[in-house]
Amino acid sequence: MKTPDSHDTAALSAERLVKRVDGPGGTLTILDDVSFNVAPGETVSIVGASGAGKSTLLGLLAGLDVPSDGRVVLETHDLGALDEDGRAAVRADHVGFVFQSFHLVPSLTALENVMLPLELAGRDDARQRALETLDAVGLGQRSGHYPRQLSGGEKQRVAIARAFVIEPRVLFADEPTGNLDQATGEHIIELLFELNRDHAATLVLVTHDLELARRCDRVLHMAAGRIEREERHERDTAA
Amino acid sequence: MNRRPGAVRLAARLLARDWRSGELLVLTAALVTAVTALTAVGFLTDRVGQAVAERAAESLAADLRLRAGDRLPESHLELAASHGLETARLTSMPSVVFAGETSALSALTAASDGYPLRGNLEVATRLGELGVVTDALPAPGEAWAAPGLLARLGVDSGAEVEIGEARFTLTRVLTLRPDEGFNFVDLAPTLLINDADLAATGLIRPGSRVTWRQLFAGDRADVSRFKAELEPLLDPAERLRDIEDASPQVQAAMDRSGRFLNLASLVSVLLAAIAVAMSARRYALRHRDRVALMKCLGAQQVFVRRVNRVQVLLLALVGGVVGIVLGYFAQLALAWLVRDFIGQSLPPPGIAPVWLGLVTAACILGGFALPDLARMGRTPPLRVLRADVEPPRLRHGLAYLAAIAALVALLTWLVRDIGLAAAVFAGAAVTFALLGVAGWVMVRATRHFRGAGGAGWRFGLANLSRRGAESVAQVVAFGLGIMVLLVLSLVRNDLMDSWQASLPEDAPNRFMINVQQYEVEPIRALLDSRGVTVPPFVPMVRARLTAINDQAIGAMTFEHPEGERWARREANLTWSDRPQDSNTVLEGEFWSPGTTTNEVSVEQEFASELGVGIGDTLAFDIAGEPLQATITSIREVAWDSFQPNFFMVLTPAALAGYPGTWINSVHLPPGAEDATLEVMRQFPSVSVIDLDAILAQVRSVMDRAAFAVQAVFAFTLLAGLAVLWAAVQSTRDARAFESAMLRTLGASRRRVLAGVASEFFAIGLLAGVLATAGATLAGYLLATRVYDLEYRFNLALTLAGPILGMLFVGIAGLLATRRVIGTPPIRVLRAA
Repeated sequence: MKTPDSHDTAALSAERLVKRVDGPGGTLTILDDVSFNVAPGETVSIVGASGAGKSTLLGLLAGLDVPSDGRVVLETHDLGALDEDGRAAVRADHVGFVFQSFHLVPSLTALENVMLPLELAGRDDARQRALETLDAVGLGQRSGHYPRQLSGGEKQRVAIARAFVIEPRVLFADEPTGNLDQATGEHIIELLFELNRDHAATLVLVTHDLELARRCDRVLHMAAGRIEREERHERDTAA
Repeated sequence: MNRRPGAVRLAARLLARDWRSGELLVLTAALVTAVTALTAVGFLTDRVGQAVAERAAESLAADLRLRAGDRLPESHLELAASHGLETARLTSMPSVVFAGETSALSALTAASDGYPLRGNLEVATRLGELGVVTDALPAPGEAWAAPGLLARLGVDSGAEVEIGEARFTLTRVLTLRPDEGFNFVDLAPTLLINDADLAATGLIRPGSRVTWRQLFAGDRADVSRFKAELEPLLDPAERLRDIEDASPQVQAAMDRSGRFLNLASLVSVLLAAIAVAMSARRYALRHRDRVALMKCLGAQQVFVRRVNRVQVLLLALVGGVVGIVLGYFAQLALAWLVRDFIGQSLPPPGIAPVWLGLVTAACILGGFALPDLARMGRTPPLRVLRADVEPPRLRHGLAYLAAIAALVALLTWLVRDIGLAAAVFAGAAVTFALLGVAGWVMVRATRHFRGAGGAGWRFGLANLSRRGAESVAQVVAFGLGIMVLLVLSLVRNDLMDSWQASLPEDAPNRFMINVQQYEVEPIRALLDSRGVTVPPFVPMVRARLTAINDQAIGAMTFEHPEGERWARREANLTWSDRPQDSNTVLEGEFWSPGTTTNEVSVEQEFASELGVGIGDTLAFDIAGEPLQATITSIREVAWDSFQPNFFMVLTPAALAGYPGTWINSVHLPPGAEDATLEVMRQFPSVSVIDLDAILAQVRSVMDRAAFAVQAVFAFTLLAGLAVLWAAVQSTRDARAFESAMLRTLGASRRRVLAGVASEFFAIGLLAGVLATAGATLAGYLLATRVYDLEYRFNLALTLAGPILGMLFVGIAGLLATRRVIGTPPIRVLRAA
């Protein structure tokens, strides 16, 4: 088990994060003073009821959104000091994503979906690497299929291949089994953890499934925009 | 860090993948339709235009003709040579020709090598034989005579004739001269000789009535540059004519068809632009997630923007090229289909439509697709986590400015007439606004009809008002499409009718002049006996204008150069106690029969060039006798009516006592042509001018114009279909989801279908009603303001609008959504 000593050695660090939005009933505080560090290679899950602020936190950690106060440091990059393009560049080099709704591009085949981040990074070996990664998730034979021709589990496997194909230092997963039946969800989680271990990536997982959350080194419990408590677990190596 | 990827490569790959998955089909099809329509019309009108111009040039025997009372200065010819133009010279004068003891007045014409520069001479070996095209001229010592001259001299080819001091052998019958006009100078039949023989006749002397015509021909651009340089050098007695003013009938037909074609291609562009805008909006909506994902995966804003622009450029290029190629073939196919109608092969098209196609594609995409795509490019990456995150709205001004700028640029380029472009643009903007407001009101009003039918009907109408803005957009788009089709049918029919009416089958084809008063009745009797209908003979008195308001012409200066010419040349006057059918009194009042004062009615253009108006007095010298008359009315004359018409008509009381001749125009039906020769034999001093050749020429020009109009009509229809398709496609996703939801909730397929049908039929009906109202107004304005035609209310079209709209939109909508509705709900819901 790894424990971050400070944000200097952390893969990801959140410092006093606050997110407020203006709504019809006045200003609403969605995140309120959230701080934590994640060590390199550590797996952390964020759990909480709907509306607890999990997805908002994930968006801030990945630099998809900017906090109202506080800062996020991702792999030594202070995201608050970067503009949107700067944050995009950090994501291109260090970050992978797996989403609840897969977010595959419907007009692209499975292979092309996996190639996309490599192409955005200007890699010449995009095709070869994407094929290898699709093989690794067991979809080498389905590379020419479009998302509409794939089942939910297959779609998520393509999304996982897309996330790992750039060998990210940090992987963000937002309810990766939320749209899947239980059996398929379990397979997907096995695959996710296995690849994460192989790539020695830092994993930040947002879920409302406590059982899944407890497979991570640490569980952050959120309620009403704050981290209520933290659980530490021995990493489940049985998988 | 990895190196950043090339935007062009990625844009091309994404575009290719989108194409493969069918995402770009509607947008590309709309774009290709626009370019195909525009370039096919462009190629075709270019070819037809060239053919029409060629025909018009034939009536001048040149692209440009300079007429002078004296020999031309060498400098003009040098200027023409410096522009690479071909030249030829015609010298003509009235001259008496002797064949033995018989003599007749001829229009002696000496032609230099190269004549005619445009068109062909036709000759026959004997009188009465059919003429064949020749590119030769009479050899020195030879002469070719028109059939009328041979008839008057009573000889045939092979005879010897004397002209001035020279003798010639008549070797051919000159059956057609392309530039045979019917102005009063060329009345006598032609005798064509070689320019080299002119001096030998000894007819060119000081004071002889010689007219020099210098002909020029060459590349269109060279000719217009030469014309621009030549014009300031001309002296007032020299008169330059180009194909635009070659003959009023051809010009009027060209002018009308030109305006119509311009208008129709503008409409095609507008319709296609709407289709592209609708497809681009759908594409942008569907691809926001991809942009968010790309940004989430590390693509920078500037890169995304570049990818978008490259995609638009690539699409424009591909759509442009495909459209141009299709346009070229479509045009070939159309030209082939109507080959019999056209009668002869068209010249090959120029390169201009290719540029037109590419620029159009770029303008349409730049103006109508880029704003939506630009907004799509600004989708925040957070959208991957929260589907409700929308891209920020672009400042409206920017998006609209781009579209307006693109449209105005295109319009101006297409019509090359800023005034017309501004008028069309303002008209289109007002139409859009009116349709928008009317559409909104009507969509709102449908709420009240929900209770009138079954569940399907209620669901359909509920959809209509729920989709508010979208429904209005569709009603406006369909309405505009149908309106254009209606306007086109209205204007097309009106145009055709007016052309047919201006040139009926029984249009006069023989002009008779120089008829003495005592010959009027015998000629009428002769023609009557041959079954020819003879309209009343019109008197004509030759006069010279001597003073205006008691001021002598010689001492006056005229602002208008044409006024100066009119004032100094001999004028033809007539008298009548009522205005002719083809005349409209614009100002003042035409005298009533029996008026005893000296009054004159003047043609409007003539009056303005002369600088005279109601109440002014004109003084004339008629064979030495003075005459004064007061202007009491100003007339407009339909010069293309083929009726004898005059600039100045006087009261019978003023003119009746003066010596004059009579003129008339009659229609000789086929087979009665002999009557002409008989008139010429029995009344040798009467000149009969054959208009058949000119009429055939005008008819051929009108046929071409009519054909071009039909072609444009077909393409505008295609553009209208593209709008329909795009509009149906734009709501396809939403419909698919809704029908899946309804079917999941237990609605039968039939009920869902009934709902969709109600919505489309209602949209079609609303659009049809709007379109009919718009088309009636537009048709009225076009007919009365642009084409100078009388407007007739068209009941059939008024009914056709709503019915057409309902059936067209309803059936097309059902066809387009049938598959969506047929898809198993689970597939739709899972994909969402």
